[in-house]
Amino acid sequence: MLVSTIHGEMDDSLLEKKEGSLDNDIEFTTWTEYWLNDELVHRSVHVTLKTSPFTALEAASIG
Amino acid sequence: MANTQSMCTSFLGELMLGQHQLGTSTIVSRGSLTSPTTDTVKAALYLASATINAATTAYTATGEVTGTNYTAGGVTVTNATAPTSTNSSSTAGVGYWTPSASITYTTVTLSTAFDTVLIYNSTQSNKAISVHTFGSQTVTAGTFTLTMPSNTTSTALIRLATT
Repeated sequence: MLVSTIHGEMDDSLLEKKEGSLDNDIEFTTWTEYWLNDELVHRSVHVTLKTSPFTALEAASIG
Repeated sequence: MANTQSMCTSFLGELMLGQHQLGTSTIVSRGSLTSPTTDTVKAALYLASATINAATTAYTATGEVTGTNYTAGGVTVTNATAPTSTNSSSTAGVGYWTPSASITYTTVTLSTAFDTVLIYNSTQSNKAISVHTFGSQTVTAGTFTLTMPSNTTSTALIRLATT
């Protein structure tokens, strides 16, 4: 599989792949990195949002 | 400085002025007297060092990320689903809206840490809508994808509720 890198597209067989994730109340995030020797040449991130701003509205009493 | 997840306060007043139209268009009196117009909603990314919060009234380039294949102002948000409102009781209810697709920045390099996306209305003078934060990230010759929460009364991206 070809991977976009800072050096152009490279075959993933030439690269070291590292993956990670973060899961908390706000988000579930995964990332994929490809390294060439000790150089980071690709990093993609996928954030899934879990929470959002919430605004309460109120109608005032009349009279 | 830091970014803070929040509804932009100016957005609340602008809603009562009819200045935002999310989702399918219904208002015919703003841009055209004969046909509805749909607002274009955009999403811009901000550095972790920026200050984007409830006091943000419009898109700003200050503190925005820069990098390969990232265009100032960000990307257009797919805005094809109309807001929904549901009564939760005889005196309360929720109005809510979520973009109908993920927000994607393709093959970008963003080397300085960022942690915020500002949703704003580019049709209406870039008026700010909401601020969403996440863990600080960088991207290297890769894709940054923001998947939206489920469009429900309790998880939608934007929720306005009476209690």
